[in-house]
Amino acid sequence: MVSIFYFLSFLAVISAFMVVIAKNPIHSVLYLIMTFFAIAGHYVLMNAQFLAVVNIIVYAGAIMVLFLFVIMLLNLNTDAEQNKSILIRLTGIVAGGILMITLIGAFKQVSIVKDTTFYASGQAYDIGLVKNLGNTLFKEFLVPFELSSILFLAAMVGAVMLGKKDIK
Amino acid sequence: MENGISTITQIIPPNFYLILSSLLFCIGIIGVLIRRNIIVVFMSIELMLNASNLLMVAFSSYRSDGAAQVFVFFSMVVAAAEVAVGLAIIVMIYRNIHSIDIKELSKLKW
Repeated sequence: MVSIFYFLSFLAVISAFMVVIAKNPIHSVLYLIMTFFAIAGHYVLMNAQFLAVVNIIVYAGAIMVLFLFVIMLLNLNTDAEQNKSILIRLTGIVAGGILMITLIGAFKQVSIVKDTTFYASGQAYDIGLVKNLGNTLFKEFLVPFELSSILFLAAMVGAVMLGKKDIK
Repeated sequence: MENGISTITQIIPPNFYLILSSLLFCIGIIGVLIRRNIIVVFMSIELMLNASNLLMVAFSSYRSDGAAQVFVFFSMVVAAAEVAVGLAIIVMIYRNIHSIDIKELSKLKW
């Protein structure tokens, strides 16, 4: 199981790098789909099966298809992008690297205590299954769940309105 | 699952997930900073969102708390809405200025 963890982490990081450095936007989308599948694999490893399936359906399915659709629609599948100047790119990479060093340095200090009472009762492994997550979602978080449908309605109306050619 | 079955949370220390998520997040930040194609910038933002989702699921399974996974679900909902509106904005920008280079979009810059 440890080797699966390392393999998925390696896959996620490498394909995330390829998203950033790939010239062609189509290749970026495909590498991003690979990253999402690796992250979904991590969810399965952590026994969050519902989120793994939702991740694949929503991200790798819907969102990435939308990205591909827009790239094809705008006819952008060429690598005609001019690069930023080398100084700006170097500054960006150094800034990201410094942030990563800061984060890792901060995380070295923390120690996360495992909740051992749940482990003893054996409930710890199935919190991510559909049955238990559905119970949590529809009992404690029912109002945010309904509010998210309003959010979707607003997003849909907004997308249609933005996409229209001329608004009277 | 019965007791005694070893899961990933017992083998892998949580700091590994912290490091993996911060790596993915920083790659996303570098992508936002160094690319000029607005769609690739948008994809890097998605990458950062996913890194934070991964960390939240990791904390949820290490702490055995289902509420965090529901929160990740809501975060995915918001990301889907954001992508729909954002891509509509990108299409509108392309229709107006015939370019998706963020260099052309610096009118609001001071």
